[in-house]
Amino acid sequence: MTRLGFFTMLVCAALPALAEIDLSGSWTSKNHEDAMERGAGPNPDDWAGLPFNASGRAKALSFSQSTISMPERICWFQTQWHIAAGPFSLKIWSQADPVTGKVLAWVVGGWETRAPMTIWMDGRPHPSKNAPHDQTGFTTGAWNGDELVATTTHIKSGYIRRNGAASSDQATITTHFLRHGDLMTLALEMDDPVYLTEPYILTRSYMLTAIPVDSAGPPCITGDEGVESGTVPHYLPGKNPFIDEMTKIYNIPREAAMGGAETMYPEFRDKIKEKFTPPAPCKRNCGAPPVGQN
Amino acid sequence: MRHQIFSWATPRNAVFIAAILLGLPLCAQPPGSAPPPVAKAAAPIDLTGYWVSIVTEDWRYRMVMPAGGDYQGVPMTAAALKVAREWAPGKDADACKAYGAPALLRVPERLHITWQDDQTLRMDTDAGKQTRIFHFGDWKAPAGPHTLQGDSTAQWEFHRPPGPSIPRNGSLKVSTANLKAGYLRKNGVPYSENATLTEYFDLVKEASGSMLLVATVVVTDPIYLREPFIVSSHFRKQTSNAGWNPAECSANW
Repeated sequence: MTRLGFFTMLVCAALPALAEIDLSGSWTSKNHEDAMERGAGPNPDDWAGLPFNASGRAKALSFSQSTISMPERICWFQTQWHIAAGPFSLKIWSQADPVTGKVLAWVVGGWETRAPMTIWMDGRPHPSKNAPHDQTGFTTGAWNGDELVATTTHIKSGYIRRNGAASSDQATITTHFLRHGDLMTLALEMDDPVYLTEPYILTRSYMLTAIPVDSAGPPCITGDEGVESGTVPHYLPGKNPFIDEMTKIYNIPREAAMGGAETMYPEFRDKIKEKFTPPAPCKRNCGAPPVGQN
Repeated sequence: MRHQIFSWATPRNAVFIAAILLGLPLCAQPPGSAPPPVAKAAAPIDLTGYWVSIVTEDWRYRMVMPAGGDYQGVPMTAAALKVAREWAPGKDADACKAYGAPALLRVPERLHITWQDDQTLRMDTDAGKQTRIFHFGDWKAPAGPHTLQGDSTAQWEFHRPPGPSIPRNGSLKVSTANLKAGYLRKNGVPYSENATLTEYFDLVKEASGSMLLVATVVVTDPIYLREPFIVSSHFRKQTSNAGWNPAECSANW
Protein backbone atom coordinates (compact mmCIF):
# COMPACT_ATOMS: atom_id res chain seq x y z
CA MET A 1 0.00 0.00 0.00
CA THR A 2 1.30 3.44 -0.83
CA ARG A 3 1.90 5.98 1.90
CA LEU A 4 -1.04 8.04 0.56
CA GLY A 5 -3.36 5.06 0.65
CA PHE A 6 -2.29 4.16 4.16
CA PHE A 7 -2.92 7.64 5.55
CA THR A 8 -6.21 8.08 3.71
CA MET A 9 -7.46 4.84 5.23
CA LEU A 10 -6.22 5.93 8.67
CA VAL A 11 -7.89 9.33 8.54
CA CYS A 12 -11.16 8.01 7.15
CA ALA A 13 -11.35 5.35 9.82
CA ALA A 14 -10.91 8.01 12.49
CA LEU A 15 -13.71 10.24 11.18
CA PRO A 16 -16.43 9.27 13.64
CA ALA A 17 -14.27 10.31 16.55
CA LEU A 18 -13.24 13.54 14.85
CA ALA A 19 -16.57 14.64 13.58
CA GLU A 20 -19.51 13.88 15.85
CA ILE A 21 -22.14 16.56 15.62
CA ASP A 22 -21.61 19.27 18.22
CA LEU A 23 -24.80 19.80 20.19
CA SER A 24 -23.33 22.13 22.78
CA GLY A 25 -24.72 25.57 23.40
CA SER A 26 -27.82 27.39 24.55
CA TRP A 27 -30.95 26.44 22.63
CA THR A 28 -34.05 28.56 22.94
CA SER A 29 -37.32 26.67 22.84
CA LYS A 30 -39.77 27.64 20.10
CA ASN A 31 -43.12 27.09 21.74
CA HIS A 32 -45.17 27.66 18.64
CA GLU A 33 -46.93 24.33 18.98
CA ASP A 34 -48.76 23.23 22.11
CA ALA A 35 -48.10 26.75 23.36
CA MET A 36 -50.68 26.74 26.13
CA GLU A 37 -50.06 23.13 27.09
CA ARG A 38 -46.35 23.79 27.55
CA GLY A 39 -46.71 27.25 29.04
CA ALA A 40 -49.62 27.92 31.37
CA GLY A 41 -50.56 24.25 31.21
CA PRO A 42 -53.16 22.12 29.47
CA ASN A 43 -56.86 22.26 30.16
CA PRO A 44 -58.03 19.78 32.80
CA ASP A 45 -59.00 16.42 31.34
CA ASP A 46 -57.65 17.19 27.86
CA TRP A 47 -56.07 13.95 26.78
CA ALA A 48 -56.88 14.09 23.08
CA GLY A 49 -54.09 12.61 21.01
CA LEU A 50 -52.69 10.59 23.91
CA PRO A 51 -52.52 6.81 23.41
CA PHE A 52 -53.88 5.88 26.80
CA ASN A 53 -55.07 2.46 27.84
CA ALA A 54 -57.90 2.10 30.35
CA SER A 55 -55.48 2.16 33.29
CA GLY A 56 -53.84 5.33 32.06
CA ARG A 57 -57.19 7.02 31.65
CA ALA A 58 -58.43 5.90 35.06
CA LYS A 59 -55.29 7.16 36.74
CA ALA A 60 -55.53 10.50 34.97
CA LEU A 61 -59.18 10.88 35.95
CA SER A 62 -58.23 10.38 39.60
CA PHE A 63 -55.73 13.23 39.46
CA SER A 64 -56.40 16.50 41.23
CA GLN A 65 -54.17 19.45 40.49
CA SER A 66 -53.98 19.96 44.25
CA THR A 67 -51.86 16.82 44.40
CA ILE A 68 -48.80 18.92 43.66
CA SER A 69 -49.66 21.21 46.57
CA MET A 70 -48.91 18.40 49.00
CA PRO A 71 -45.64 19.18 50.79
CA GLU A 72 -44.39 15.79 49.66
CA ARG A 73 -45.18 16.65 46.04
CA ILE A 74 -44.31 20.35 45.71
CA CYS A 75 -40.78 19.54 44.66
CA TRP A 76 -41.79 16.41 42.89
CA PHE A 77 -39.18 16.35 40.22
CA GLN A 78 -40.50 15.64 36.79
CA THR A 79 -39.00 13.00 34.57
CA GLN A 80 -36.97 13.72 31.46
CA TRP A 81 -40.26 13.78 29.56
CA HIS A 82 -40.66 17.31 30.87
CA ILE A 83 -38.31 18.38 28.07
CA ALA A 84 -41.29 17.77 25.80
CA ALA A 85 -44.12 18.67 28.16
CA GLY A 86 -42.61 21.89 29.46
CA PRO A 87 -41.71 25.17 27.77
CA PHE A 88 -38.08 25.46 28.72
CA SER A 89 -35.00 26.16 26.66
CA LEU A 90 -32.04 23.82 26.81
CA LYS A 91 -28.40 24.17 27.67
CA ILE A 92 -26.29 21.32 26.36
CA TRP A 93 -22.66 20.57 26.93
CA SER A 94 -20.30 17.65 26.67
CA GLN A 95 -18.16 16.02 29.30
CA ALA A 96 -14.81 14.94 27.94
CA ASP A 97 -12.45 12.30 29.22
CA PRO A 98 -9.56 14.32 30.69
CA VAL A 99 -6.99 11.98 29.20
CA THR A 100 -8.30 11.03 25.78
CA GLY A 101 -10.53 14.03 25.13
CA LYS A 102 -13.28 11.76 23.89
CA VAL A 103 -16.84 12.66 24.79
CA LEU A 104 -17.91 10.61 27.78
CA ALA A 105 -21.34 12.15 28.04
CA TRP A 106 -23.64 14.82 26.72
CA VAL A 107 -25.52 16.74 29.38
CA VAL A 108 -28.85 18.48 28.90
CA GLY A 109 -28.97 20.90 31.79
CA GLY A 110 -31.82 20.66 34.27
CA TRP A 111 -33.97 23.29 35.87
CA GLU A 112 -36.07 23.73 38.96
CA THR A 113 -38.24 20.69 38.47
CA ARG A 114 -36.19 18.51 36.15
CA ALA A 115 -32.81 17.04 36.89
CA PRO A 116 -30.07 17.19 34.26
CA MET A 117 -30.11 14.46 31.64
CA THR A 118 -26.67 12.92 31.44
CA ILE A 119 -26.37 10.89 28.26
CA TRP A 120 -23.54 8.43 28.71
CA MET A 121 -21.65 7.85 25.46
CA ASP A 122 -18.95 5.52 26.73
CA GLY A 123 -20.79 2.29 26.17
CA ARG A 124 -21.68 1.60 29.78
CA PRO A 125 -24.73 -0.61 30.23
CA HIS A 126 -27.98 0.40 31.85
CA PRO A 127 -28.31 -0.70 35.49
CA SER A 128 -29.98 -3.92 36.51
CA LYS A 129 -33.76 -3.91 36.22
CA ASN A 130 -33.79 -4.18 40.00
CA ALA A 131 -31.77 -1.00 40.50
CA PRO A 132 -33.53 1.96 42.12
CA HIS A 133 -35.50 4.33 39.93
CA ASP A 134 -35.59 8.10 40.31
CA GLN A 135 -36.96 11.06 38.38
CA THR A 136 -33.67 11.47 36.52
CA GLY A 137 -33.47 7.95 35.20
CA PHE A 138 -30.44 6.55 33.47
CA THR A 139 -29.61 7.55 29.92
CA THR A 140 -27.21 6.22 27.34
CA GLY A 141 -26.65 7.53 23.85
CA ALA A 142 -25.33 6.47 20.49
CA TRP A 143 -24.81 8.25 17.21
CA ASN A 144 -26.79 7.09 14.22
CA GLY A 145 -25.03 9.10 11.57
CA ASP A 146 -25.84 12.72 12.33
CA GLU A 147 -28.53 11.85 14.84
CA LEU A 148 -27.93 11.33 18.55
CA VAL A 149 -30.29 8.74 19.98
CA ALA A 150 -30.64 8.78 23.78
CA THR A 151 -32.42 6.06 25.72
CA THR A 152 -33.68 6.72 29.23
CA THR A 153 -34.77 3.99 31.63
CA HIS A 154 -35.09 3.66 35.41
CA ILE A 155 -37.40 6.62 35.83
CA LYS A 156 -40.03 6.89 38.53
CA SER A 157 -43.63 7.41 37.68
CA GLY A 158 -44.22 10.94 36.47
CA TYR A 159 -46.67 12.73 34.29
CA ILE A 160 -46.55 13.04 30.55
CA ARG A 161 -49.13 15.76 30.22
CA ARG A 162 -49.36 18.29 32.98
CA ASN A 163 -52.95 17.47 33.83
CA GLY A 164 -52.46 14.09 35.38
CA ALA A 165 -51.68 11.82 32.43
CA ALA A 166 -49.03 9.58 33.90
CA SER A 167 -46.11 7.42 32.90
CA SER A 168 -45.13 4.40 34.97
CA ASP A 169 -41.76 3.36 36.32
CA GLN A 170 -41.60 0.83 33.48
CA ALA A 171 -41.52 3.56 30.83
CA THR A 172 -38.67 4.16 28.43
CA ILE A 173 -37.99 7.51 26.80
CA THR A 174 -36.12 7.67 23.50
CA THR A 175 -34.90 11.12 22.49
CA HIS A 176 -33.63 11.81 18.97
CA PHE A 177 -31.50 14.95 18.59
CA LEU A 178 -31.68 16.25 15.02
CA ARG A 179 -29.51 19.29 14.32
CA HIS A 180 -29.78 21.46 11.22
CA GLY A 181 -27.36 24.34 11.65
CA ASP A 182 -28.84 26.72 14.21
CA LEU A 183 -32.07 24.74 14.34
CA MET A 184 -32.50 21.57 16.36
CA THR A 185 -35.52 19.31 16.56
CA LEU A 186 -35.99 16.75 19.29
CA ALA A 187 -38.24 13.79 18.60
CA LEU A 188 -39.22 12.19 21.90
CA GLU A 189 -40.86 8.80 22.19
CA MET A 190 -42.46 7.50 25.37
CA ASP A 191 -43.05 3.76 25.52
CA ASP A 192 -44.94 2.59 28.56
CA PRO A 193 -46.37 -0.92 28.81
CA VAL A 194 -48.43 0.05 31.86
CA TYR A 195 -50.38 3.11 30.72
CA LEU A 196 -49.99 3.37 26.93
CA THR A 197 -51.08 1.16 24.06
CA GLU A 198 -48.76 2.81 21.51
CA PRO A 199 -45.71 5.05 21.67
CA TYR A 200 -46.49 8.65 22.57
CA ILE A 201 -44.40 10.88 20.32
CA LEU A 202 -43.79 14.60 20.51
CA THR A 203 -41.39 16.71 18.46
CA ARG A 204 -39.98 20.02 19.68
CA SER A 205 -37.80 22.64 18.01
CA TYR A 206 -35.07 24.91 19.33
CA MET A 207 -32.87 27.68 17.94
CA LEU A 208 -29.26 28.21 18.92
CA THR A 209 -28.87 31.45 20.82
CA ALA A 210 -25.95 33.52 22.05
CA ILE A 211 -27.96 34.44 25.15
CA PRO A 212 -27.01 31.93 27.82
CA VAL A 213 -29.75 29.59 28.97
CA ASP A 214 -29.64 28.82 32.68
CA SER A 215 -28.97 25.19 33.29
CA ALA A 216 -31.01 25.21 36.49
CA GLY A 217 -33.76 27.37 37.87
CA PRO A 218 -34.16 28.63 41.42
CA PRO A 219 -34.25 25.84 43.98
CA CYS A 220 -37.60 24.31 44.65
CA ILE A 221 -38.66 25.06 48.23
CA THR A 222 -41.23 22.99 50.06
CA GLY A 223 -43.98 25.06 51.62
CA ASP A 224 -47.48 24.86 53.02
CA GLU A 225 -50.01 25.36 50.28
CA GLY A 226 -52.97 24.47 52.42
CA VAL A 227 -53.28 20.73 51.91
CA GLU A 228 -54.15 19.17 55.22
CA SER A 229 -51.57 16.76 56.53
CA GLY A 230 -52.45 13.15 55.89
CA THR A 231 -54.72 13.81 52.93
CA VAL A 232 -54.06 13.06 49.29
CA PRO A 233 -56.12 15.19 46.89
CA HIS A 234 -57.81 13.01 44.30
CA TYR A 235 -61.09 12.24 42.54
CA LEU A 236 -62.88 8.95 43.01
CA PRO A 237 -64.09 7.12 39.91
CA GLY A 238 -66.97 8.98 38.29
CA LYS A 239 -66.40 12.09 40.40
CA ASN A 240 -63.94 14.08 38.27
CA PRO A 241 -65.68 17.46 37.81
CA PHE A 242 -63.70 18.39 34.70
CA ILE A 243 -64.58 15.45 32.52
CA ASP A 244 -66.54 17.64 30.09
CA GLU A 245 -64.26 20.67 30.25
CA MET A 246 -63.12 20.31 26.62
CA THR A 247 -66.72 20.01 25.47
CA LYS A 248 -67.71 23.13 27.36
CA ILE A 249 -64.83 25.24 26.05
CA TYR A 250 -64.20 23.88 22.56
CA ASN A 251 -67.18 21.65 21.72
CA ILE A 252 -64.73 18.74 21.55
CA PRO A 253 -66.65 15.50 22.22
CA ARG A 254 -65.82 13.70 25.43
CA GLU A 255 -64.66 10.61 23.57
CA ALA A 256 -61.93 12.72 21.95
CA ALA A 257 -60.88 14.45 25.14
CA MET A 258 -60.57 11.11 26.91
CA GLY A 259 -57.76 10.11 24.55
CA GLY A 260 -56.77 6.72 23.30
CA ALA A 261 -54.60 5.76 20.36
CA GLU A 262 -57.36 6.23 17.80
CA THR A 263 -57.51 9.95 18.61
CA MET A 264 -54.03 10.36 17.11
CA TYR A 265 -54.98 9.35 13.58
CA PRO A 266 -56.73 11.24 10.77
CA GLU A 267 -59.64 8.81 10.47
CA PHE A 268 -60.75 9.65 14.01
CA ARG A 269 -62.07 12.90 12.57
CA ASP A 270 -64.72 10.95 10.71
CA LYS A 271 -65.93 9.50 13.99
CA ILE A 272 -66.55 12.85 15.64
CA LYS A 273 -67.45 14.97 12.64
CA GLU A 274 -71.20 14.81 13.18
CA LYS A 275 -70.85 15.45 16.90
CA PHE A 276 -68.75 18.58 16.55
CA THR A 277 -69.90 22.12 16.01
CA PRO A 278 -67.43 25.02 15.74
CA PRO A 279 -66.93 26.69 19.09
CA ALA A 280 -67.82 30.27 19.91
CA PRO A 281 -65.06 32.85 19.36
CA CYS A 282 -62.19 32.57 21.80
CA LYS A 283 -62.58 34.62 24.98
CA ARG A 284 -59.65 33.49 27.09
CA ASN A 285 -56.27 31.88 26.53
CA CYS A 286 -56.41 33.03 22.93
CA GLY A 287 -52.78 33.92 22.35
CA ALA A 288 -53.86 37.45 21.50
CA PRO A 289 -56.22 39.93 23.10
CA PRO A 290 -59.85 38.93 22.51
CA VAL A 291 -61.67 40.90 19.86
CA GLY A 292 -62.52 44.36 21.10
CA GLN A 293 -59.95 44.36 23.88
CA ASN A 294 -57.00 45.91 22.10
CA MET B 1 19.77 2.46 17.62
CA ARG B 2 17.28 5.16 16.68
CA HIS B 3 14.00 4.03 15.13
CA GLN B 4 12.02 6.68 13.30
CA ILE B 5 9.02 5.42 11.39
CA PHE B 6 7.73 8.77 10.25
CA SER B 7 8.68 12.37 10.85
CA TRP B 8 5.76 14.85 10.94
CA ALA B 9 7.97 17.87 10.86
CA THR B 10 9.27 17.91 7.32
CA PRO B 11 7.67 20.34 4.87
CA ARG B 12 6.91 17.51 2.52
CA ASN B 13 4.93 15.57 5.08
CA ALA B 14 3.12 18.68 6.32
CA VAL B 15 1.83 19.28 2.81
CA PHE B 16 0.96 15.63 2.52
CA ILE B 17 -1.10 15.60 5.73
CA ALA B 18 -2.81 18.87 4.88
CA ALA B 19 -3.81 17.41 1.54
CA ILE B 20 -5.37 14.39 3.24
CA LEU B 21 -7.31 16.53 5.72
CA LEU B 22 -8.62 18.82 3.01
CA GLY B 23 -9.69 15.76 1.12
CA LEU B 24 -11.80 14.31 3.94
CA PRO B 25 -15.10 14.68 2.11
CA LEU B 26 -13.73 12.35 -0.51
CA CYS B 27 -13.48 9.52 1.98
CA ALA B 28 -16.80 8.03 0.99
CA GLN B 29 -16.07 8.02 -2.69
CA PRO B 30 -14.05 5.39 -4.42
CA PRO B 31 -10.94 6.71 -6.18
CA GLY B 32 -11.70 8.13 -9.58
CA SER B 33 -15.44 8.16 -8.95
CA ALA B 34 -17.72 9.87 -11.42
CA PRO B 35 -19.52 13.21 -10.90
CA PRO B 36 -22.16 13.28 -8.14
CA PRO B 37 -25.05 10.97 -8.97
CA VAL B 38 -28.53 12.26 -9.56
CA ALA B 39 -30.68 12.97 -6.53
CA LYS B 40 -32.52 9.68 -6.57
CA ALA B 41 -29.34 7.63 -6.62
CA ALA B 42 -27.68 9.88 -4.03
CA ALA B 43 -30.58 9.73 -1.57
CA PRO B 44 -29.19 9.00 1.89
CA ILE B 45 -32.67 8.21 3.20
CA ASP B 46 -35.69 6.65 1.58
CA LEU B 47 -38.68 8.96 1.96
CA THR B 48 -40.83 7.16 -0.54
CA GLY B 49 -44.00 5.35 0.43
CA TYR B 50 -47.14 6.07 2.39
CA TRP B 51 -47.01 7.96 5.68
CA VAL B 52 -49.75 8.77 8.18
CA SER B 53 -49.96 11.82 10.45
CA ILE B 54 -49.69 11.16 14.16
CA VAL B 55 -51.54 14.06 15.72
CA THR B 56 -50.28 14.44 19.27
CA GLU B 57 -49.60 18.18 19.10
CA ASP B 58 -51.87 21.20 18.54
CA TRP B 59 -54.73 18.72 18.52
CA ARG B 60 -57.56 21.21 18.79
CA TYR B 61 -56.13 23.32 15.97
CA ARG B 62 -55.68 20.38 13.63
CA MET B 63 -58.25 17.65 14.28
CA VAL B 64 -61.26 19.91 14.70
CA MET B 65 -62.14 23.41 13.60
CA PRO B 66 -60.46 25.85 15.99
CA ALA B 67 -62.36 28.74 17.51
CA GLY B 68 -62.17 32.09 15.81
CA GLY B 69 -59.66 34.29 17.58
CA ASP B 70 -57.68 31.40 19.07
CA TYR B 71 -54.11 32.07 17.93
CA GLN B 72 -52.06 30.41 20.65
CA GLY B 73 -48.41 30.05 19.74
CA VAL B 74 -48.32 31.96 16.46
CA PRO B 75 -46.03 35.04 16.53
CA MET B 76 -48.48 37.23 14.62
CA THR B 77 -47.88 40.85 13.74
CA ALA B 78 -50.55 43.50 14.27
CA ALA B 79 -51.28 43.31 10.56
CA ALA B 80 -51.86 39.58 10.86
CA LEU B 81 -54.23 40.05 13.77
CA LYS B 82 -56.23 42.54 11.78
CA VAL B 83 -56.56 40.14 8.86
CA ALA B 84 -57.30 37.15 11.08
CA ARG B 85 -60.13 38.99 12.80
CA GLU B 86 -61.86 39.51 9.50
CA TRP B 87 -62.08 35.76 9.08
CA ALA B 88 -65.43 34.10 9.65
CA PRO B 89 -66.59 30.51 9.11
CA GLY B 90 -67.83 30.03 5.58
CA LYS B 91 -66.54 33.39 4.37
CA ASP B 92 -63.73 32.05 2.18
CA ALA B 93 -64.52 31.17 -1.40
CA ASP B 94 -61.26 29.19 -1.59
CA ALA B 95 -61.55 26.16 0.69
CA CYS B 96 -57.88 25.29 0.18
CA LYS B 97 -56.35 28.31 1.91
CA ALA B 98 -55.22 26.18 4.87
CA TYR B 99 -53.71 23.53 2.57
CA GLY B 100 -50.81 25.61 1.22
CA ALA B 101 -47.24 24.44 1.72
CA PRO B 102 -46.69 26.31 5.02
CA ALA B 103 -49.64 24.51 6.65
CA LEU B 104 -50.04 21.34 4.60
CA LEU B 105 -48.08 19.03 6.88
CA ARG B 106 -50.21 20.09 9.88
CA VAL B 107 -53.33 18.73 8.22
CA PRO B 108 -54.29 15.26 9.53
CA GLU B 109 -53.61 13.18 6.45
CA ARG B 110 -51.66 10.56 4.63
CA LEU B 111 -48.70 11.37 2.44
CA HIS B 112 -47.60 9.48 -0.62
CA ILE B 113 -44.02 10.26 -1.60
CA THR B 114 -42.59 9.06 -4.91
CA TRP B 115 -39.79 9.87 -7.31
CA GLN B 116 -41.31 11.63 -10.30
CA ASP B 117 -37.97 11.35 -12.06
CA ASP B 118 -34.33 11.09 -11.05
CA GLN B 119 -34.18 14.74 -9.94
CA THR B 120 -37.74 15.32 -8.71
CA LEU B 121 -39.43 14.10 -5.56
CA ARG B 122 -43.22 14.29 -5.41
CA MET B 123 -45.43 14.44 -2.33
CA ASP B 124 -49.18 13.87 -2.61
CA THR B 125 -51.66 14.24 0.21
CA ASP B 126 -55.03 12.60 0.52
CA ALA B 127 -56.47 15.47 2.56
CA GLY B 128 -57.10 18.32 0.15
CA LYS B 129 -55.63 16.31 -2.77
CA GLN B 130 -52.54 18.49 -2.86
CA THR B 131 -49.25 17.84 -4.66
CA ARG B 132 -45.86 19.24 -3.81
CA ILE B 133 -42.89 18.91 -6.13
CA PHE B 134 -39.32 19.04 -4.80
CA HIS B 135 -36.76 19.86 -7.49
CA PHE B 136 -33.13 18.86 -7.01
CA GLY B 137 -30.16 20.12 -8.97
CA ASP B 138 -29.99 23.49 -10.63
CA TRP B 139 -33.71 23.74 -11.34
CA LYS B 140 -35.00 27.30 -11.66
CA ALA B 141 -38.59 28.29 -10.95
CA PRO B 142 -40.40 29.46 -14.07
CA ALA B 143 -41.94 32.90 -14.08
CA GLY B 144 -45.63 32.83 -13.33
CA PRO B 145 -48.27 33.44 -10.71
CA HIS B 146 -47.76 32.37 -7.14
CA THR B 147 -49.35 29.07 -6.25
CA LEU B 148 -50.68 27.28 -3.18
CA GLN B 149 -47.67 24.97 -3.01
CA GLY B 150 -45.13 27.44 -4.41
CA ASP B 151 -41.86 26.47 -6.05
CA SER B 152 -39.59 24.17 -4.10
CA THR B 153 -35.93 23.34 -4.50
CA ALA B 154 -34.42 20.44 -2.63
CA GLN B 155 -31.06 19.18 -1.53
CA TRP B 156 -29.71 16.37 0.55
CA GLU B 157 -28.05 17.64 3.68
CA PHE B 158 -25.08 16.02 5.40
CA HIS B 159 -23.17 17.32 8.39
CA ARG B 160 -20.31 15.01 7.60
CA PRO B 161 -19.50 12.77 4.73
CA PRO B 162 -20.59 9.16 4.96
CA GLY B 163 -17.68 6.96 5.81
CA PRO B 164 -16.77 3.37 6.50
CA SER B 165 -18.37 3.43 9.95
CA ILE B 166 -20.82 6.29 9.54
CA PRO B 167 -24.35 5.36 8.49
CA ARG B 168 -25.51 7.09 5.36
CA ASN B 169 -28.42 9.01 6.86
CA GLY B 170 -28.60 12.68 6.00
CA SER B 171 -31.72 14.79 5.70
CA LEU B 172 -33.76 16.44 3.01
CA LYS B 173 -33.79 20.23 3.00
CA VAL B 174 -36.50 21.95 0.97
CA SER B 175 -36.77 25.67 0.26
CA THR B 176 -40.06 27.07 -1.04
CA ALA B 177 -41.04 30.48 -2.40
CA ASN B 178 -43.60 32.01 -4.78
CA LEU B 179 -46.43 31.07 -2.48
CA LYS B 180 -49.98 32.25 -2.85
CA ALA B 181 -51.24 33.78 0.41
CA GLY B 182 -53.07 31.38 2.71
CA TYR B 183 -53.71 30.32 6.28
CA LEU B 184 -51.41 28.73 8.82
CA ARG B 185 -54.50 27.54 10.67
CA LYS B 186 -58.05 27.07 9.48
CA ASN B 187 -59.32 29.90 11.66
CA GLY B 188 -57.76 32.52 9.45
CA VAL B 189 -54.20 32.95 10.80
CA PRO B 190 -52.65 34.38 7.64
CA TYR B 191 -49.40 34.11 5.77
CA SER B 192 -48.70 36.43 2.88
CA GLU B 193 -47.43 35.81 -0.62
CA ASN B 194 -44.06 37.07 0.64
CA ALA B 195 -43.77 34.09 2.95
CA THR B 196 -40.98 31.60 2.39
CA LEU B 197 -40.53 28.16 3.75
CA THR B 198 -37.57 26.06 4.81
CA GLU B 199 -38.21 22.44 5.72
CA TYR B 200 -36.08 19.61 7.01
CA PHE B 201 -37.19 16.02 6.62
CA ASP B 202 -35.56 13.44 8.88
CA LEU B 203 -36.17 9.76 9.40
CA VAL B 204 -35.92 8.28 12.87
CA LYS B 205 -36.49 4.74 13.97
CA GLU B 206 -39.01 4.04 16.72
CA ALA B 207 -38.18 1.54 19.43
CA SER B 208 -40.53 -0.88 17.67
CA GLY B 209 -38.51 -0.54 14.47
CA SER B 210 -41.17 1.50 12.66
CA MET B 211 -39.93 4.54 10.79
CA LEU B 212 -41.02 8.06 11.57
CA LEU B 213 -40.77 10.97 9.20
CA VAL B 214 -40.10 14.15 11.16
CA ALA B 215 -40.78 17.33 9.22
CA THR B 216 -39.53 20.56 10.76
CA VAL B 217 -41.12 23.53 9.04
CA VAL B 218 -39.84 27.11 9.33
CA VAL B 219 -42.16 29.77 7.91
CA THR B 220 -40.77 33.26 7.46
CA ASP B 221 -43.12 36.11 6.58
CA PRO B 222 -42.06 39.76 6.81
CA ILE B 223 -45.67 40.92 6.80
CA TYR B 224 -47.56 38.62 9.11
CA LEU B 225 -44.96 37.01 11.40
CA ARG B 226 -42.81 38.71 14.03
CA GLU B 227 -40.31 35.86 13.89
CA PRO B 228 -40.06 32.59 11.98
CA PHE B 229 -42.92 30.26 12.86
CA ILE B 230 -41.45 26.84 13.60
CA VAL B 231 -43.41 23.64 14.04
CA SER B 232 -42.51 20.01 13.56
CA SER B 233 -44.88 17.27 12.49
CA HIS B 234 -44.41 13.53 12.48
CA PHE B 235 -45.69 10.71 10.31
CA ARG B 236 -45.40 6.94 10.61
CA LYS B 237 -44.44 4.78 7.63
CA GLN B 238 -47.25 2.61 6.28
CA THR B 239 -46.77 -0.74 4.64
CA SER B 240 -49.52 -0.10 2.11
CA ASN B 241 -51.97 2.51 0.89
CA ALA B 242 -54.58 1.35 3.40
CA GLY B 243 -56.43 4.37 4.73
CA TRP B 244 -55.57 6.52 1.75
CA ASN B 245 -58.72 8.57 1.45
CA PRO B 246 -58.54 11.46 -1.02
CA ALA B 247 -60.84 14.28 0.05
CA GLU B 248 -61.48 17.80 -1.14
CA CYS B 249 -60.24 20.78 0.82
CA SER B 250 -62.54 21.93 3.58
CA ALA B 251 -62.68 25.40 5.05
CA ASN B 252 -64.93 24.47 7.93
CA TRP B 253 -63.80 20.99 8.97
